[in-house]
Amino acid sequence: MAIKKFAVACYDDEDVLFPAVKKVRNSGYKLHDVYTPFPVHGLDQAMGLKETDLHVAGFIYGLTGTSTALGFMSWIFTKDWPVNFGGKPHLSLPAFIPITFELTILFAAVGMVMTFCYVNQIMPGVKKHIFHPRQTDDYFVVAIELNDNTSETEVIDFLKSTGALETSVQVAEDSWWYGRFDKDEPYQQLA
Amino acid sequence: MHLKYESFVREPLVDGDKTYRQVTEDIVSPIEKKPGRMWYIGFFFSICLLCFGVFSVFWEVYFGIGVWGINRTIGWGWDITNFVWWVGIGHAGTLISAILLLFRQGWRTGVNRAAEAMTIFAVMCAGQFPIFHMGRVWDGFFVLPYPNTRGPLWPNFNSALLWDVFAISTYFTVSLLFWYSGLIPDFATIRDRAKTKLRKRLYGLASFGWTGTAKNWQRHEALSLVLAGVSTPLVLSVHTIVSFDFATSVIPGWHTTIFPPYFVAGAIFSGFAMVQTLLILVRKILHLEEYVTLGHIEAMNKVIVLTGSIVGVAYLTELFMAWYSGVQYEQAAFQWRIMGPYWWSYWAMMTCNVVSPQFFWIKKLRRNVPFTFIMSIVVNIGMWFERFVIIVTSLYRDYIPGSWAYYSPTWPEVGFYLGTFGLFFTCFFLFAKYFPVIAIAEIKFVLKTSGENYKKKMEVIETKSTEEFVHEQMHAHH
Repeated sequence: MAIKKFAVACYDDEDVLFPAVKKVRNSGYKLHDVYTPFPVHGLDQAMGLKETDLHVAGFIYGLTGTSTALGFMSWIFTKDWPVNFGGKPHLSLPAFIPITFELTILFAAVGMVMTFCYVNQIMPGVKKHIFHPRQTDDYFVVAIELNDNTSETEVIDFLKSTGALETSVQVAEDSWWYGRFDKDEPYQQLA
Repeated sequence: MHLKYESFVREPLVDGDKTYRQVTEDIVSPIEKKPGRMWYIGFFFSICLLCFGVFSVFWEVYFGIGVWGINRTIGWGWDITNFVWWVGIGHAGTLISAILLLFRQGWRTGVNRAAEAMTIFAVMCAGQFPIFHMGRVWDGFFVLPYPNTRGPLWPNFNSALLWDVFAISTYFTVSLLFWYSGLIPDFATIRDRAKTKLRKRLYGLASFGWTGTAKNWQRHEALSLVLAGVSTPLVLSVHTIVSFDFATSVIPGWHTTIFPPYFVAGAIFSGFAMVQTLLILVRKILHLEEYVTLGHIEAMNKVIVLTGSIVGVAYLTELFMAWYSGVQYEQAAFQWRIMGPYWWSYWAMMTCNVVSPQFFWIKKLRRNVPFTFIMSIVVNIGMWFERFVIIVTSLYRDYIPGSWAYYSPTWPEVGFYLGTFGLFFTCFFLFAKYFPVIAIAEIKFVLKTSGENYKKKMEVIETKSTEEFVHEQMHAHH
């Protein structure tokens, strides 16, 4: 959590956005983030982001579900309360398959969504700074983090040269906080 | 230049001259406006049905299962019929959102949001029937395996009915998560263009503070893909397990190995019919004809004719197996189905499910909206009769002629069924008013490859020869 100064550029076409992001990375400015209204394929590579490991987490949650279901049912029917169902084996594995399967999927899905919310830091009541209200509509927004050594006008001129439609300098919280979207941002007043 | 585009053989998925901003405007503006008269009338009617349903259920809980028409011979009647029917309807939503995502079917983007909503509401309706069929519904939590003071005494994990508890609750949870994770970015879109404070606040809460960073989108795509991957076997397993309720018993007419695939095909068949019913109304009322195009309707009609034919083959296979098995009880069960006192339900099923979808081999009819609407209702009537036939006409003539019986529903049973329609449509009307009925971000994602205006721009390239095109591209890059 920190209040920082950002140079912000808006583009309205992903075909202009890609070269712009590459130029920002080559320029040596610190790229804070890129905001898009929909997933733009290849943008993560262009920004140099690593591939996500979310699916690995999903696999582990799934295995947890499998072993929970199998272990629990086996323990109940062989140790805790063995019931004689018409002389059939207590450890009736084929009959355990449906519930084992369902719990595998349930654990994988619930676990993944919770992890997704945690790593993305999203939750009801969470608020983050919106650089441009149209970043969830039709604008592709690039934010560059400024420090004391970077010249604002230089960065803005640079962003304009990459084809930005709108540019601005904003002081804002770079992370999330508990807040309401109908209230003004407390941190933005400092700008 | 954007060179990734779709073949001209495929028709556009989004008609009209659309920009990203126009897509947002078209889908979000009905949420921001006051609903029309049709909405209020429909919503009021749904609420009335729901209230009648609640009253019917209250009647049943207060006086006991005896107020229903079921008897000792026919222990499952309208309740389980309706349960299977509603669960089946839900299946199309998951098929569209999950299986078609894995198959990379672009047309799913126009219809998946509403179809998934339909899934969730249909499963909510379905769940009511087994719960209230328990009779002593206040003891319903006994189905859950929790440590209790009775031993602890656990439920029987070998029982198909308990598998159902797990299957349906998992299905509901996973569908809800899948649906909601797709809704989060779209809620953020509504939030950021909201003018009123209340809307900003509520959609701000619903959007979980989504901002759409590149990393968040990367994870979102990974999440959607894995959820689609797990939902695909899940949806197949759910109706398989529902069919186990019957197939693992030893009742002639139920005890067959064909049930799981036959039930799944039937579920998709009826589900797509319900999607058609709902979307034909929604696209008309909310003016979304450019997003749910004739192409979408035709694609779904193709699925209907395919699954309807699979169901038809299954009916014939059942008959063949009854004869070929040489088991006289099996043969008698089918004989009573076709020619017994319930002959009308069997033939209603055959006409609606096997004969009527064959009209969709004709392209003109597949693209005819009023015809599709009527057919979608016919198919759902047929699929209701299929479940009625399987359940009631397998039970009513059992082994001893002395216990043969006939069954008709009483008003609390009919009221319960109507009440679930009330629940379903109340939820759907609220959804259509407050939620984006089309996945905004997903439409924007396919717009440049499948939008009509963008496809038109590519016509110039299509007419060029390969040499000409390569020459130009080389030239442009130097």
